[in-house]
Amino acid sequence: MLVPQDMAALGLTLRLAGVTVLVLLVLGTPLAWWLSQTQSRIKTAVEAVVALPLVLPPTVLGFYLLLALGPHGIIGGLSRTLGGGSLAFTFTGLVIGSAFYSLPFVVQPLQGAFEAMGRRPLEVAATLGASPLNRFFTVAVPLARRGFLTAIVLGFAHTLGEFGVVLMLGGNIPGATQVISIAIYDHVEMLQYGQAHTLSALLLVLSFSILMTVYALNRRFSVVHP
Amino acid sequence: MLGRTALLLCTLGAAVPLHADEIKVAVAANFLDVITTLGEQFAQQTGHRVLISSGSTGKLYAQIKNGAPFDVFFSADDIRPALLEQEGVIVPGSRFTYALGTLVLWSPDDQLIDDELTALKHGDFRFLAIANPATAPYGRAAQEVLTGMGLWKDFSKRMVRGENIGQTYQYVYSRNAELGFVAKSQVFSQGEYAGGSWWEVPADQYAPIVQQAVQLSDTPATTALLDYVRSAEGQAVIRAYGYGIEQAN
Repeated sequence: MLVPQDMAALGLTLRLAGVTVLVLLVLGTPLAWWLSQTQSRIKTAVEAVVALPLVLPPTVLGFYLLLALGPHGIIGGLSRTLGGGSLAFTFTGLVIGSAFYSLPFVVQPLQGAFEAMGRRPLEVAATLGASPLNRFFTVAVPLARRGFLTAIVLGFAHTLGEFGVVLMLGGNIPGATQVISIAIYDHVEMLQYGQAHTLSALLLVLSFSILMTVYALNRRFSVVHP
Repeated sequence: MLGRTALLLCTLGAAVPLHADEIKVAVAANFLDVITTLGEQFAQQTGHRVLISSGSTGKLYAQIKNGAPFDVFFSADDIRPALLEQEGVIVPGSRFTYALGTLVLWSPDDQLIDDELTALKHGDFRFLAIANPATAPYGRAAQEVLTGMGLWKDFSKRMVRGENIGQTYQYVYSRNAELGFVAKSQVFSQGEYAGGSWWEVPADQYAPIVQQAVQLSDTPATTALLDYVRSAEGQAVIRAYGYGIEQAN
């Protein structure tokens, strides 16, 4: 039922979602930690920026990224100066776009989990002589494991369904940047409703199963709070 | 282009005489500039308001089939209009060819495209933009040209495919792709090219891009607009944007 091009799109989408989540865990964890601990005046502004992808149309993000990644854009220009090529229409470009797009879905559950644990466990660890890094990895991370689970699953599932950003930024290259949502869109435009149904149903079942799993594992599911 | 999902509302019309009607126009992305100009002139003459939605032909076709309230549809091909005619959705006998599309290889870089097409033939570029051949007539034509030159397979991984010709042009205009196959109307107006370098693809290298329109609602205002498009004045505007005109039969 699935043609090779559809399989390639499915594989690429899963890889994109996986890499994006890894990138977001590396970048989003310190950010979420900082947001949970800081009394800084700019905290509110940073929180608003993190939540922006929840309210902005993905085409806005895609449009600005297309300009930023181009040879005269900030990111594209920097990449060229460093000897790389421009980033639009590449897997790396899609990862950058997806990381922005799925940012709140990773940062918000983490921040919520860090805030929920309170200051007490860390203070105790500090009195026992644990270094800040030691406190973070041996106390905070295990206590926030539900937040991590939620962040990983939501970030992954949200990136799976990405459409607007990759439509603007991806260039629809089969096997390289054509993700599953774009493949579905093409099938619909070509009036191939059978293939569109197959792929859509697959994505629906996949997303539903992922969410079911996490809800089952995590009864106290800390929902994203915009 | 952002116009993909956005309903582009062009509220046109200066003085509003009696019986001013609204005409809802669905237009393929390549003809958007032309129909905007035509609509403005028509509105000035008649007082009718022309509301324009643009997108890819495939998407507009699906919307019309599912009851979108458009009065007229300017398609980028002759396939969807013929389908709509078969399905009995259009005003009988209203299907006609309003323009013949011209394919152009274009780059904003003045030097990139020379007479020998060196850059294209040698692959001296990172990305080449075309419209999606599966869904857009200009993309199909671009595929024919590249296949004819024996380059189609070589460039498959470096070919970025816009959802419609508007997005394809955007890729090149923003310089994310160095060159691309676009509609002549996008880089040509008032009888000359806007800048950069270009190669106007000879018409014998691709099957004609026959762009047809169909009338979807039988109102006097809509009929008047289509008559205007077919008038000598309307045809002159269409030519000025670089389209061919089918000889009257």
